Amino acid sequence: MSLTLFIVQTLNGLQLGVLLFLIAAGLTLVFGVMDFINLAHGVQYMLGAYLAVMFYGLTGNFLFALILALGAALAFGLILEFAVFRHLYDRDHLDQVIATFGIILFLNQGVKLLWGASPLSLPMPEIFSGSVVLMPGILYPVWRLVIIGSGLAVALILYLLVGHTRVGMLVRAGATNAPMVSALGVNIRRLFMIVFGFGTMLAGFAGIMIAPILSVEPGMGDTILILAFVVIVIGGIGSIRGAFLAALIIGLVDTLGRSFAVDILRLFMAPSPARTVGPAIASMLIYLLMAVVLYLRPAGLFPAKGRA
Amino acid sequence: MADVALPSGGAVRRSLLAGNALPLVIFIAFALLPLIAAFKAEAYVLSLVTRVMIFAIAALSLDLLIGYGALISFGHAAFIGLGAYAVGILGAHGVHDALISLPVALAVSALFAWTTGIVCLRTKGVYFIMITLAFGQMVFFIGTSLAPYGGDDGLTIRMRSTLAGLPIFASDRALYYVCLACLLGAYLLCRALIASRFGRVYRGARENALRMGTIGFEVYRFQLVMYVIAGMLAGLAGFLLGNATDFVSPAYMAWQRSGDLLIMVILGGIGTLNGAIIGAAAFLLTEEWLSGLTEHWKVIFGPLLVLVAVFARGGLIGVAARLQGMLRG
Repeated sequence: MSLTLFIVQTLNGLQLGVLLFLIAAGLTLVFGVMDFINLAHGVQYMLGAYLAVMFYGLTGNFLFALILALGAALAFGLILEFAVFRHLYDRDHLDQVIATFGIILFLNQGVKLLWGASPLSLPMPEIFSGSVVLMPGILYPVWRLVIIGSGLAVALILYLLVGHTRVGMLVRAGATNAPMVSALGVNIRRLFMIVFGFGTMLAGFAGIMIAPILSVEPGMGDTILILAFVVIVIGGIGSIRGAFLAALIIGLVDTLGRSFAVDILRLFMAPSPARTVGPAIASMLIYLLMAVVLYLRPAGLFPAKGRA
Repeated sequence: MADVALPSGGAVRRSLLAGNALPLVIFIAFALLPLIAAFKAEAYVLSLVTRVMIFAIAALSLDLLIGYGALISFGHAAFIGLGAYAVGILGAHGVHDALISLPVALAVSALFAWTTGIVCLRTKGVYFIMITLAFGQMVFFIGTSLAPYGGDDGLTIRMRSTLAGLPIFASDRALYYVCLACLLGAYLLCRALIASRFGRVYRGARENALRMGTIGFEVYRFQLVMYVIAGMLAGLAGFLLGNATDFVSPAYMAWQRSGDLLIMVILGGIGTLNGAIIGAAAFLLTEEWLSGLTEHWKVIFGPLLVLVAVFARGGLIGVAARLQGMLRG
């Protein structure tokens, strides 16, 4: 395992980490504040990517596409909130699971109907399309650095919003004890809507940013949804700080595990079984990590609610 | 649970019949179906309904966890995969007899349930959902790495199981009745478990684990035993599924399959056992019917699920009970 490869893979891991954070941030807030299991969060990410492709086709400009797609993703999320989710806040988790699962089926098939089953692609903005020399001998695509940068910027903005504004204070209070916040005279429904809309937009943003380097296809949100759930459970539900840390850990562990599992196994195994077992162990690594974390800390690393 | 608690008083006889009417109808329908199907598209109907019964067994076992113990497992498909892989892998080595492969399937499922249960049952609520998902995913990835047994592509099971050398699974109709017998057995076992003293303690833990602990029951052990039983039943379903499809692949254990099982149980109505069977049938038959209508059947199926979640509290069983209540005034 060479140092060059290690540095590149670490950056790739960071990029996956911030992407996961963008999705997990909304998920953990919706979950923590509203106690609502939103399986449909992954399709919001997919929808963001599709909308960006559509608006790019219409405007031919990435920035316009980004802004329009963000707006459309937000609008769509609010429509869903108004039409479906609102009726399920007081209900059992199981009812929420079945409803949001239905929405996943509908939207995955819906985008197939509208845009076809074959993968689409979104060209990246011209100025960011090249590669940059990080160190002698290490070329790295600029767009991935842009993703990392924008993810970290969003994390900072979220930190300021949640930690240092009045709405953020209410959100934190809501994650700790929503009925009490409501009893103190806060319009909890409106707070829910703000949190939900914001989370939706972040997921859409993640989808738009990743669209230039991944193929945009139906079902792209399903895998990332499960990863995002792993992130918020490890981080502790309702905690932005936990989600950030867990997202980076998961991104790094998953990416580095996949690149180096075979090499590491070969240190103490014959090459041929190492090649078979390696990829499986690499895919399992994050789930193992989650099992270990939950075994040691049954409520995640940074539980938002007072109880452990 | 109303159908499980035995009523007392003068109307015992009538109520017993009322409580058992639904399962009686279900099982008689299953038993008579092959006779009707003999006239039309027999192979298709038999294989479809065999599938329904196999998933009904898995859904029953999941209902034991969700409905009676509030233990929402999101990794239940792993057991189906373990059962099916036991048939497939033993078959690949020339062992086709159910006297060997069935005990192995059950033992592997039980062992997996026991070891993971020790870890999973430490957590509660959403964390339990996620940790069961984690273990399910681990088994899934182990399945994909089994290169000698097909890896991602899965493994064809060349020969259906025999029982002490007798080819009892050979014909589709025989397999159908074996599955029906297994479903009936699983159903009766679940009912007996729920009504037993063991089942009462287990249900008590759902209502208030702390209180059950205070009056002297170590609820963790009861939950662990139930988790193992549910895992073994799902392993049985996997054993049958492997035989019915002559094939096994990691896709049997994907998290989407665990989601499907959850949907079946919720759709039918949790904590009723009957609901699990009805839910499995409703899910698979609706899927089959809609996918025959249009390639884009999920566009219809998705909103249907949303409607069930929003309007049909308690699943199909709950709706039926309310309709019955309305009719009685």
